[in-house]
Amino acid sequence: MSRHGTEAGEHDAANAYQSLAETTGHDDPRWAFGTGAEDAAAEITAAVPAGADAADLAAYCQMLGDDALIYSHRLSEWVSNAPELEEDVALANIALDLLGQARVLLARAGHVEGAGRDEDALAYTRTESQFRNVGLAELGDELDFARAIARLLIFSSWRLALLHRLLGSADPVIAAVAGKGVKELTYHRDYAARWTLRLGDGTDESRRRMQAALEAMWPYVEELFRTSEQERRLIEAGVAVDPAGIRSEVDAVLGEVLAKATLTRPDRRPAGTIAGRGGRQGLHTENLGPVLAQLQSMARQHPGATW
Amino acid sequence: MEQAAARTVVAQVVDPEMPMLTLEDLGVVRGVLVDGDTVTVTITPTYSGCPAMDAIRDDLRAALTQAGYPRVEVRTVLSPAWSTDWISSGGRRKLAEAGIAPPGPAAPRAAGPIPLTLSPAPVVVPCPRCGSPGTEELSRFGPTACTALRRCPSCAEPFEHLKEL
Repeated sequence: MSRHGTEAGEHDAANAYQSLAETTGHDDPRWAFGTGAEDAAAEITAAVPAGADAADLAAYCQMLGDDALIYSHRLSEWVSNAPELEEDVALANIALDLLGQARVLLARAGHVEGAGRDEDALAYTRTESQFRNVGLAELGDELDFARAIARLLIFSSWRLALLHRLLGSADPVIAAVAGKGVKELTYHRDYAARWTLRLGDGTDESRRRMQAALEAMWPYVEELFRTSEQERRLIEAGVAVDPAGIRSEVDAVLGEVLAKATLTRPDRRPAGTIAGRGGRQGLHTENLGPVLAQLQSMARQHPGATW
Repeated sequence: MEQAAARTVVAQVVDPEMPMLTLEDLGVVRGVLVDGDTVTVTITPTYSGCPAMDAIRDDLRAALTQAGYPRVEVRTVLSPAWSTDWISSGGRRKLAEAGIAPPGPAAPRAAGPIPLTLSPAPVVVPCPRCGSPGTEELSRFGPTACTALRRCPSCAEPFEHLKEL
């Protein structure tokens, strides 16, 4: 390349960065990771509903938020890896919806907790045993598209039923997240259900792999319907929904999809708990560690970095 | 008077991802309040994870600062959740002119559990280029959170559809 050409190239690059700075820079410094957005939603500072314990509410918001955050991260691993560009885009969009839900729920958890932690502090500085997500959210797809679809079908059917009932939550932030989330999850569930039909009722090979993927995910289904002690107390205050109470609804949805897809409902022993503890109590599978290592690496190497 | 002037400034800020639409067209402006030297703008996101929200906040601050308001606060409310039904008729026309099919009416919320939709609903989305009604859905997830991808067999062009929410 001629010297003149190099200079012109550098000049263009400088212009491009300058115009970026002009359109988005203004005078607020940006975090190098996360958002640093304190004003994410006006509702976040609402009072704790009467009859609800603040620590329970903070824990419950972490449960709902961590499910979305960790699963969102796993879904984003499909970016540039899906079998077709359309699926790449679809899985990224679904991840983004869940990340949005997670941000609000974690911001609410931080506010209610009252210890000065914001959404970023909760996402980037907690250790493994401080996360409260279910096991299903943290499993790897191992770049097997059938696994991605099986997990999304189960997760979205469950979360949609949960959020649909949380529309009436006494906590205004949870109710608001549910209001948006129900619309989003309806799209996610339909996407997964349609792919389950195509793969299950497809070729011998696609059917075999779809069935195998369901078998791999099934041990983690039981945990979705287990009621934690915080949930039990918050149900009485009208804040939480009993996950055990949505089981028949979710079973019916999964049954309908599997039957139409000519697949068999797996009969697998549930993944065990230790002394009654599971994801909700901070006890995780070996899959969560690598997720957090990646998710938190930037924040841990450069605490408080801005750009 | 002052209120109306601030509202006019806010109404002219455009959406960063669909710049043919103003924020007013999109229906995300929920309130503009002038109190002394402070303007408070309340907006609502289209989707929970809408990545444009930070840019919208910055653009609103910049436009109002330039218009002479020294203190600008941008607040976000989530409830009631945004619906494509809030897009103005002018906004719908501008979308179609830009080659993006505008949304139809959003489905009303049913009382019981939300039913599965196992095949694309038989909705008519006319091609924004040639007007042919017989277009097909390629993917429900498009390049931005709020659009789906469709194709028109008549003029053989792919196009985006702002999907009902």
